[in-house]
Amino acid sequence: MATDPLTTSAKHEFLSGAKHTIPMLVGAIPFGLLFGALATAAGLPLWATLATSLLVYAGSAQFIAVGLVSQGTAVALIIATTFIVNARHALYAASLVPHLKHLRQRWLVPLAFTLTDETYAVTIPRYNRADNSPNKHWFQLGSAAAMYSNWQLCTLLGALAGAQFQGLADIGLEVAMAVTFIGIVVPLLRSAPMLLSAVTAGVVALLCNGLPHQLGLFIGAIAGILAGFTLEQRRGASRSEPS
Amino acid sequence: MSNTELITLIVGMFAVTFGVRYPLLAFSRRLQLSGTVLRLLAYVPPAVLSAIIFPMVLQPNGELELNAGNPYLYAAVVAVATAALRAPLVAVILGGMTAFYAARFIILA
Repeated sequence: MATDPLTTSAKHEFLSGAKHTIPMLVGAIPFGLLFGALATAAGLPLWATLATSLLVYAGSAQFIAVGLVSQGTAVALIIATTFIVNARHALYAASLVPHLKHLRQRWLVPLAFTLTDETYAVTIPRYNRADNSPNKHWFQLGSAAAMYSNWQLCTLLGALAGAQFQGLADIGLEVAMAVTFIGIVVPLLRSAPMLLSAVTAGVVALLCNGLPHQLGLFIGAIAGILAGFTLEQRRGASRSEPS
Repeated sequence: MSNTELITLIVGMFAVTFGVRYPLLAFSRRLQLSGTVLRLLAYVPPAVLSAIIFPMVLQPNGELELNAGNPYLYAAVVAVATAALRAPLVAVILGGMTAFYAARFIILA
Protein backbone atom coordinates (compact mmCIF):
# COMPACT_ATOMS: atom_id res chain seq x y z
CA MET A 1 0.00 0.00 0.00
CA ALA A 2 1.41 3.38 -0.97
CA THR A 3 1.59 5.92 1.81
CA ASP A 4 0.41 9.44 1.29
CA PRO A 5 3.49 11.66 1.63
CA LEU A 6 1.31 14.50 2.91
CA THR A 7 0.07 12.58 5.95
CA THR A 8 3.43 11.03 6.85
CA SER A 9 5.73 14.06 6.59
CA ALA A 10 7.94 14.69 9.61
CA LYS A 11 6.02 17.81 10.53
CA HIS A 12 2.68 16.07 10.28
CA GLU A 13 3.87 13.14 12.40
CA PHE A 14 5.27 15.51 15.05
CA LEU A 15 2.03 17.48 15.31
CA SER A 16 -0.05 14.32 15.26
CA GLY A 17 2.04 12.88 18.12
CA ALA A 18 1.49 16.03 20.16
CA LYS A 19 -2.23 16.01 19.37
CA HIS A 20 -2.69 12.39 20.41
CA THR A 21 -0.97 13.19 23.71
CA ILE A 22 -3.50 15.86 24.74
CA PRO A 23 -5.53 13.53 27.02
CA MET A 24 -2.28 12.50 28.73
CA LEU A 25 -1.33 16.16 29.18
CA VAL A 26 -4.61 16.84 30.93
CA GLY A 27 -4.05 13.82 33.17
CA ALA A 28 -0.51 14.92 34.00
CA ILE A 29 -1.43 18.51 34.97
CA PRO A 30 -2.55 17.73 38.56
CA PHE A 31 0.53 15.53 39.07
CA GLY A 32 2.88 18.26 37.86
CA LEU A 33 1.22 20.92 40.00
CA LEU A 34 1.24 18.61 43.02
CA PHE A 35 4.86 17.67 42.50
CA GLY A 36 5.89 21.33 42.44
CA ALA A 37 3.79 22.13 45.51
CA LEU A 38 4.85 19.07 47.54
CA ALA A 39 8.54 19.47 46.70
CA THR A 40 8.37 23.10 47.83
CA ALA A 41 6.54 22.13 51.01
CA ALA A 42 9.12 19.41 51.67
CA GLY A 43 11.75 22.14 51.75
CA LEU A 44 13.30 21.83 48.29
CA PRO A 45 14.43 25.20 46.93
CA LEU A 46 12.87 26.33 43.64
CA TRP A 47 15.98 25.50 41.60
CA ALA A 48 16.07 21.94 42.93
CA THR A 49 12.36 21.41 42.27
CA LEU A 50 12.72 22.63 38.67
CA ALA A 51 16.00 20.76 38.12
CA THR A 52 14.38 17.51 39.23
CA SER A 53 11.64 17.83 36.61
CA LEU A 54 14.08 19.03 33.92
CA LEU A 55 16.71 16.33 34.45
CA VAL A 56 14.97 13.33 35.99
CA TYR A 57 11.59 13.71 34.26
CA ALA A 58 9.91 10.66 35.80
CA GLY A 59 6.64 11.38 37.59
CA SER A 60 6.27 8.61 40.17
CA ALA A 61 9.99 8.53 40.99
CA GLN A 62 9.92 12.28 41.59
CA PHE A 63 6.97 11.94 43.96
CA ILE A 64 8.60 9.10 45.85
CA ALA A 65 11.84 11.07 46.13
CA VAL A 66 10.01 14.04 47.65
CA GLY A 67 8.29 11.70 50.11
CA LEU A 68 11.65 10.23 51.08
CA VAL A 69 13.35 13.63 51.35
CA SER A 70 10.61 14.83 53.69
CA GLN A 71 11.28 11.80 55.92
CA GLY A 72 15.02 12.38 56.03
CA THR A 73 16.01 9.36 53.94
CA ALA A 74 19.67 8.96 52.91
CA VAL A 75 20.54 10.24 49.41
CA ALA A 76 21.94 6.87 48.27
CA LEU A 77 18.73 5.08 49.26
CA ILE A 78 16.59 7.61 47.36
CA ILE A 79 18.72 7.09 44.25
CA ALA A 80 18.44 3.29 44.62
CA THR A 81 14.66 3.59 44.99
CA THR A 82 14.53 5.79 41.87
CA PHE A 83 16.35 3.09 39.95
CA ILE A 84 13.88 0.40 41.03
CA VAL A 85 10.81 2.57 40.42
CA ASN A 86 12.01 3.48 36.92
CA ALA A 87 13.19 0.01 36.00
CA ARG A 88 9.94 -0.54 34.11
CA HIS A 89 11.15 1.98 31.55
CA ALA A 90 13.58 -0.72 30.46
CA LEU A 91 10.53 -2.69 29.30
CA TYR A 92 9.40 0.21 27.18
CA ALA A 93 12.86 0.70 25.74
CA ALA A 94 13.13 -3.01 24.97
CA SER A 95 9.82 -3.06 23.14
CA LEU A 96 10.75 0.06 21.12
CA VAL A 97 14.04 -1.39 19.89
CA PRO A 98 12.62 -2.96 16.71
CA HIS A 99 11.07 0.39 15.74
CA LEU A 100 14.08 2.57 16.53
CA LYS A 101 17.09 0.47 15.69
CA HIS A 102 17.65 2.21 12.36
CA LEU A 103 18.03 5.62 14.05
CA ARG A 104 21.25 7.41 14.97
CA GLN A 105 22.35 8.25 18.53
CA ARG A 106 21.28 11.88 18.16
CA TRP A 107 17.72 10.53 17.90
CA LEU A 108 18.04 7.74 20.45
CA VAL A 109 19.33 9.99 23.24
CA PRO A 110 16.39 12.44 23.30
CA LEU A 111 13.83 9.71 22.64
CA ALA A 112 15.24 7.63 25.52
CA PHE A 113 15.48 10.61 27.86
CA THR A 114 11.83 11.52 27.34
CA LEU A 115 10.46 7.97 27.43
CA THR A 116 7.59 8.00 29.93
CA ASP A 117 4.53 5.82 30.55
CA GLU A 118 2.39 8.34 28.68
CA THR A 119 4.54 8.80 25.59
CA TYR A 120 5.07 5.05 25.37
CA ALA A 121 1.33 4.39 25.59
CA VAL A 122 0.53 6.95 22.90
CA THR A 123 3.36 6.03 20.55
CA ILE A 124 3.29 2.23 20.49
CA PRO A 125 -0.01 2.09 18.53
CA ARG A 126 1.53 4.45 15.95
CA TYR A 127 4.58 2.20 15.53
CA ASN A 128 2.37 -0.84 15.25
CA ARG A 129 0.16 0.59 12.53
CA ALA A 130 0.76 -1.20 9.28
CA ASP A 131 1.62 1.81 7.09
CA ASN A 132 5.27 2.19 6.22
CA SER A 133 5.76 5.84 7.11
CA PRO A 134 9.49 6.54 7.49
CA ASN A 135 8.79 9.29 10.03
CA LYS A 136 7.06 7.48 12.88
CA HIS A 137 9.82 8.53 15.26
CA TRP A 138 8.73 12.12 14.69
CA PHE A 139 5.37 11.11 16.14
CA GLN A 140 7.14 9.94 19.32
CA LEU A 141 9.18 13.15 19.42
CA GLY A 142 6.00 15.23 19.12
CA SER A 143 4.38 13.33 21.98
CA ALA A 144 7.52 13.62 24.11
CA ALA A 145 7.92 17.35 23.43
CA ALA A 146 4.32 18.01 24.46
CA MET A 147 4.61 15.92 27.65
CA TYR A 148 7.97 17.39 28.61
CA SER A 149 7.03 21.05 28.23
CA ASN A 150 3.70 20.47 29.99
CA TRP A 151 5.51 18.80 32.93
CA GLN A 152 7.99 21.67 33.29
CA LEU A 153 5.27 24.33 33.19
CA CYS A 154 3.13 22.50 35.77
CA THR A 155 6.11 21.96 38.07
CA LEU A 156 6.87 25.68 37.97
CA LEU A 157 3.25 26.70 38.63
CA GLY A 158 2.94 24.15 41.44
CA ALA A 159 6.17 25.29 43.07
CA LEU A 160 5.13 28.95 42.92
CA ALA A 161 1.71 28.09 44.40
CA GLY A 162 3.34 25.92 47.07
CA ALA A 163 5.59 28.79 48.10
CA GLN A 164 2.53 31.03 48.53
CA PHE A 165 0.88 28.60 50.93
CA GLN A 166 3.92 27.44 52.83
CA GLY A 167 2.16 27.27 56.19
CA LEU A 168 -0.80 25.37 54.81
CA ALA A 169 1.44 22.96 52.93
CA ASP A 170 3.46 22.26 56.07
CA ILE A 171 0.36 20.94 57.80
CA GLY A 172 -1.08 19.05 54.86
CA LEU A 173 2.07 17.68 53.20
CA GLU A 174 1.99 14.17 54.58
CA VAL A 175 -1.71 13.63 54.06
CA ALA A 176 -1.66 15.18 50.58
CA MET A 177 1.14 12.82 49.65
CA ALA A 178 -0.56 9.79 51.18
CA VAL A 179 -3.86 10.36 49.35
CA THR A 180 -2.07 11.17 46.08
CA PHE A 181 -0.19 7.87 46.29
CA ILE A 182 -3.42 6.04 47.13
CA GLY A 183 -4.99 7.58 44.03
CA ILE A 184 -2.08 6.27 41.96
CA VAL A 185 -1.92 2.77 43.50
CA VAL A 186 -5.56 1.73 43.76
CA PRO A 187 -6.23 1.69 39.99
CA LEU A 188 -3.22 -0.65 39.60
CA LEU A 189 -4.72 -3.26 41.92
CA ARG A 190 -6.91 -5.05 39.39
CA SER A 191 -5.67 -8.59 40.06
CA ALA A 192 -5.20 -10.67 43.21
CA PRO A 193 -1.38 -10.78 42.83
CA MET A 194 -1.24 -6.97 42.53
CA LEU A 195 -3.43 -6.58 45.62
CA LEU A 196 -1.35 -9.09 47.59
CA SER A 197 1.82 -7.32 46.47
CA ALA A 198 0.57 -3.94 47.74
CA VAL A 199 -0.72 -5.27 51.09
CA THR A 200 2.43 -7.33 51.74
CA ALA A 201 4.68 -4.37 50.94
CA GLY A 202 2.67 -2.13 53.27
CA VAL A 203 2.51 -4.56 56.20
CA VAL A 204 6.20 -5.49 55.99
CA ALA A 205 7.09 -1.78 55.85
CA LEU A 206 5.01 -1.26 59.03
CA LEU A 207 6.78 -4.15 60.77
CA CYS A 208 10.23 -2.83 59.77
CA ASN A 209 9.40 0.69 60.93
CA GLY A 210 12.22 0.89 63.48
CA LEU A 211 15.01 0.35 60.93
CA PRO A 212 17.28 3.30 60.07
CA HIS A 213 17.37 5.23 56.75
CA GLN A 214 13.88 4.10 55.75
CA LEU A 215 15.25 0.63 55.07
CA GLY A 216 11.81 -0.71 55.98
CA LEU A 217 10.48 0.83 52.77
CA PHE A 218 13.03 -1.06 50.75
CA ILE A 219 12.45 -4.40 52.49
CA GLY A 220 8.68 -3.91 52.31
CA ALA A 221 8.82 -3.16 48.57
CA ILE A 222 10.93 -6.24 47.85
CA ALA A 223 8.64 -8.44 49.97
CA GLY A 224 5.64 -7.07 48.07
CA ILE A 225 7.21 -7.67 44.66
CA LEU A 226 8.08 -11.27 45.57
CA ALA A 227 4.64 -11.95 47.11
CA GLY A 228 2.78 -10.73 44.03
CA PHE A 229 5.07 -12.58 41.68
CA THR A 230 4.81 -15.84 43.68
CA LEU A 231 1.00 -15.74 43.65
CA GLU A 232 1.05 -15.04 39.91
CA GLN A 233 3.32 -18.07 39.37
CA ARG A 234 1.10 -20.37 41.47
CA ARG A 235 -2.05 -19.29 39.68
CA GLY A 236 -0.38 -19.79 36.33
CA ALA A 237 0.79 -23.25 37.43
CA SER A 238 -2.62 -24.35 38.74
CA ARG A 239 -4.33 -23.08 35.61
CA SER A 240 -2.07 -25.00 33.28
CA GLU A 241 -2.45 -28.28 35.22
CA PRO A 242 -4.83 -30.79 33.63
CA SER A 243 -7.98 -31.17 35.75
CA MET B 1 19.26 18.79 52.97
CA SER B 2 22.34 20.82 51.92
CA ASN B 3 22.82 22.11 48.36
CA THR B 4 25.62 19.59 47.80
CA GLU B 5 23.32 16.75 48.89
CA LEU B 6 20.53 18.08 46.66
CA ILE B 7 22.83 18.28 43.63
CA THR B 8 24.10 14.75 44.32
CA LEU B 9 20.53 13.55 44.65
CA ILE B 10 19.29 15.14 41.42
CA VAL B 11 22.32 14.12 39.36
CA GLY B 12 22.11 10.59 40.81
CA MET B 13 18.40 10.33 40.01
CA PHE B 14 19.10 11.61 36.50
CA ALA B 15 21.90 9.08 36.03
CA VAL B 16 19.90 6.02 37.11
CA THR B 17 16.76 7.09 35.23
CA PHE B 18 18.57 7.78 31.96
CA GLY B 19 20.67 4.70 32.68
CA VAL B 20 17.49 2.63 32.62
CA ARG B 21 15.90 4.26 29.59
CA TYR B 22 18.85 4.59 27.24
CA PRO B 23 21.19 1.55 27.14
CA LEU B 24 18.54 -0.95 26.06
CA LEU B 25 17.46 1.35 23.30
CA ALA B 26 21.04 1.94 22.18
CA PHE B 27 22.59 -1.51 22.45
CA SER B 28 19.87 -4.09 22.92
CA ARG B 29 19.84 -5.46 19.41
CA ARG B 30 21.70 -8.33 21.11
CA LEU B 31 20.40 -8.62 24.69
CA GLN B 32 16.89 -9.56 25.73
CA LEU B 33 15.21 -9.09 29.13
CA SER B 34 13.90 -12.36 30.47
CA GLY B 35 10.16 -12.80 30.95
CA THR B 36 10.68 -13.28 34.69
CA VAL B 37 12.38 -9.89 35.07
CA LEU B 38 9.62 -8.20 33.11
CA ARG B 39 6.94 -9.77 35.30
CA LEU B 40 8.77 -8.86 38.53
CA LEU B 41 9.05 -5.25 37.37
CA ALA B 42 5.29 -4.96 36.96
CA TYR B 43 4.95 -5.21 40.75
CA VAL B 44 7.42 -2.42 41.49
CA PRO B 45 5.12 0.63 41.43
CA PRO B 46 2.32 -0.76 43.67
CA ALA B 47 4.82 -2.35 46.08
CA VAL B 48 7.04 0.73 46.51
CA LEU B 49 4.12 3.13 46.84
CA SER B 50 2.31 0.89 49.35
CA ALA B 51 5.48 0.58 51.42
CA ILE B 52 5.41 4.40 51.66
CA ILE B 53 1.64 4.77 52.18
CA PHE B 54 1.10 2.25 55.01
CA PRO B 55 3.55 3.76 57.53
CA MET B 56 2.45 7.31 56.58
CA VAL B 57 -1.17 6.47 57.38
CA LEU B 58 -0.84 3.93 60.20
CA GLN B 59 2.29 5.19 61.97
CA PRO B 60 2.03 8.98 61.53
CA ASN B 61 4.04 9.53 64.72
CA GLY B 62 6.23 6.46 64.58
CA GLU B 63 3.92 4.17 66.60
CA LEU B 64 1.07 2.04 65.22
CA GLU B 65 -2.17 4.06 65.54
CA LEU B 66 -4.95 1.74 64.40
CA ASN B 67 -7.65 3.64 66.27
CA ALA B 68 -10.45 6.17 65.78
CA GLY B 69 -8.23 9.04 66.93
CA ASN B 70 -5.94 8.85 63.87
CA PRO B 71 -7.12 11.38 61.23
CA TYR B 72 -4.90 9.82 58.53
CA LEU B 73 -7.03 6.69 58.73
CA TYR B 74 -10.15 8.57 57.66
CA ALA B 75 -8.26 10.23 54.80
CA ALA B 76 -6.98 6.83 53.60
CA VAL B 77 -10.38 5.10 53.83
CA VAL B 78 -12.08 7.88 51.84
CA ALA B 79 -9.23 7.99 49.29
CA VAL B 80 -9.24 4.20 48.75
CA ALA B 81 -13.04 4.16 48.40
CA THR B 82 -13.04 7.09 45.96
CA ALA B 83 -10.22 5.61 43.89
CA ALA B 84 -11.90 2.18 43.84
CA LEU B 85 -14.96 3.86 42.31
CA ARG B 86 -12.68 5.06 39.50
CA ALA B 87 -13.05 8.71 40.41
CA PRO B 88 -10.46 11.07 38.88
CA LEU B 89 -7.26 11.66 40.87
CA VAL B 90 -8.31 15.20 41.85
CA ALA B 91 -11.47 13.83 43.49
CA VAL B 92 -9.45 11.21 45.37
CA ILE B 93 -7.08 13.86 46.74
CA LEU B 94 -9.80 16.36 47.63
CA GLY B 95 -11.96 13.65 49.25
CA GLY B 96 -9.07 12.30 51.30
CA MET B 97 -7.89 15.71 52.45
CA THR B 98 -11.42 16.81 53.35
CA ALA B 99 -11.83 13.65 55.45
CA PHE B 100 -8.49 14.35 57.15
CA TYR B 101 -9.31 17.92 58.14
CA ALA B 102 -12.88 17.06 59.14
CA ALA B 103 -11.66 14.18 61.33
CA ARG B 104 -8.97 16.33 62.92
CA PHE B 105 -11.45 19.13 63.57
CA ILE B 106 -13.87 16.71 65.26
CA ILE B 107 -11.17 14.84 67.20
CA LEU B 108 -9.57 18.07 68.45
CA ALA B 109 -12.95 19.61 69.32
